[in-house]
Amino acid sequence: MKHTLYDKIWSDHCIHENEDKSSLIYIDRHLIHEVTSPQAFDGLDIKKRDIWNKQSIMATTDHNVPTINRDRGITDPVSKIQVETLRDNCKKHNIELYDLDNIKQGIVHVIGPELGMTQPGMTLVCGDSHTSTHGALASLAFGIGTSDVEHVLATQCLNLTKDKNFKIHVNGKLKPFVTSKDLILYIIGKIGTSGGTGFTIEYAGEAITDLSIESRMTMCNMTIEAGAKSGLMAFDKTTHDYLKDREFLPSKKHYDNALKYWESLVSDESAHFDRTEVFDANDVEPQVTWGTSPEMVTPVDSKIPTPDTVTNEEEYIDTLNYMGLEPGVEINSIPLDKIFIGSCTNSRIEDLRDASQVVKGEKLSSSIKQAIVVPGSGLVKAQAEAEGLDKVFIDAGFEWRDPGCSMCLGMNDDFLQPYERCASTSNRNFQGRQGDKGRTHLVSPAMAAVAGIKGHFYNVKEFMNEK
Amino acid sequence: MKNNNFEGQVIPINRDNVDTDLIIPKQYLKSIKKSGFGPFLFDSLRYTTTATLDSNSERIEVSSFILNQTPYKNGTILIAKSNFGCGSSREHAVWAIQNYGINIVIAESFADIFTRNSYANGLLLICLDKNIIIKIINDALSSDSYKIMVHLESNTITLPNEENILFTIDDSYKERILNNLDDIELTLKYKNKITEYENKIKQTKPWLFNNE
Repeated sequence: MKHTLYDKIWSDHCIHENEDKSSLIYIDRHLIHEVTSPQAFDGLDIKKRDIWNKQSIMATTDHNVPTINRDRGITDPVSKIQVETLRDNCKKHNIELYDLDNIKQGIVHVIGPELGMTQPGMTLVCGDSHTSTHGALASLAFGIGTSDVEHVLATQCLNLTKDKNFKIHVNGKLKPFVTSKDLILYIIGKIGTSGGTGFTIEYAGEAITDLSIESRMTMCNMTIEAGAKSGLMAFDKTTHDYLKDREFLPSKKHYDNALKYWESLVSDESAHFDRTEVFDANDVEPQVTWGTSPEMVTPVDSKIPTPDTVTNEEEYIDTLNYMGLEPGVEINSIPLDKIFIGSCTNSRIEDLRDASQVVKGEKLSSSIKQAIVVPGSGLVKAQAEAEGLDKVFIDAGFEWRDPGCSMCLGMNDDFLQPYERCASTSNRNFQGRQGDKGRTHLVSPAMAAVAGIKGHFYNVKEFMNEK
Repeated sequence: MKNNNFEGQVIPINRDNVDTDLIIPKQYLKSIKKSGFGPFLFDSLRYTTTATLDSNSERIEVSSFILNQTPYKNGTILIAKSNFGCGSSREHAVWAIQNYGINIVIAESFADIFTRNSYANGLLLICLDKNIIIKIINDALSSDSYKIMVHLESNTITLPNEENILFTIDDSYKERILNNLDDIELTLKYKNKITEYENKIKQTKPWLFNNE
């Protein structure tokens, strides 16, 4: 019997099969943050339940924290209560918390892999849908709601129904300046935002194995935008090289055994997938979303679709009204108000390097009201500063911030004003996502940087050739 | 849900991809409670301006939005098109729907994490075919009152014209909804098996537990 990577991790964690086709699945790693955990701890208290395995939990503050003037503390009293509740809960239960005063603090999906807490073959959950990110390290990772957070705290398990297997095979090589962000947006444009519902997606093929772990994480991260809770990528040399020397990796004593296990974390040749889609990396150009769903995406050198090309005209009209756009308008002509480089999708060192290459020696367009760069973690920030990237951004007129989720969802003070238009490296362009009535266009870090310099969208390939 | 039959006014939301940001915007996720989200359900569609948890007075309603219209504002059964609940894993979306007084959501399809969150809170989700959804939405929009009856025992919905529609629902989900079961309690029945599994992997993957 041949097995997919998903089959292998699933069966390795299956404790018990229930009568209703669900299984009791053991969870190795649990990441928590301030927004989706308070009610879970409350639930434990009410029922006087203990935490099953504190060692499996890591906590950080990210969604609701300031990215500027941290020495003043959290000024919004409601946010402050939420962050302090996490602090209290961690203290009470003796859970490791990476708080604002710790250089290792950052976006939960950036610091998990960075610190080596995410390891191949693990089942990993977090009360956040972008937990799919961690699949880039061959870990079965998915987002859960607060009831499930409580369930994992109390039992170390979840009752889950197994997903179907979906393979996305990408042949060929990405063109210069085309990134994995463009590739995943392109794929979501093809399969749609519910294309992966009920599936776990494994990405494979030359274009995928060519990617760095950071770039793989961007793709697994946005897998949830295609409707699948988990994205997976096989363990390979790139994974191994990334993991080396991370803080929480298996010790010397255990390393060889761990590595042997990790090396088995690939789909067997000719394993059965319930669905397979094949794409060619060569077909992918830099992408820009034009609507209020990640599937509403088009190459930068194209136009806003016209009514004759859409299936749901009512939705299309609503979308363009919301976005303040007209049919047939050139993407390149759309002027922007704000630039956001950050989020669990694109705030890692490689993303900042990509953007800084564009920005180096340039100035932010005078028509841009604000451009912020928010590193994914304190360690990413320190690394970027060691490479002088902060100066590149600041010299060009970008703001250099402290780590957090920031303008991806705008829970803190970083959000769009009504009708402001933003080129954003985040993952969701939903109505109001970055601020009430705000207009989001999802792009890669380099494309966001170019948009900042030009004041409108522009093909990064041409920009770099002209540079 | 305490009994097997449930009658209610339908609230038609004529859209695909109703995401959880739309159901409950981010500023209300700062709450550390499971209640009090009802006034903020579909907040950005419902009001002309935003509010915060501690400042929500004298807001101006968007009169064209369905929840600001009679009879829909008193509805208890929400109906929308495909991929309902996509996006963020925020369980606050389910709490907001329930806090408002809605007991059932009907759609062509639901996102995976939203479905799990609904199960955990006893919010009944029912999938129906696209054509039936469109018919119910249109009829509800053009009627002064549009109440439907959901019979959980027989898996049927009775429309105002007495027409019966069959739906499928997972038996264990139905049992959980009807009996309001405590999921954690159910899992803890397997406490010994979980410990046994843990003891096994302490041998095969010791680095997960004692990384010295």
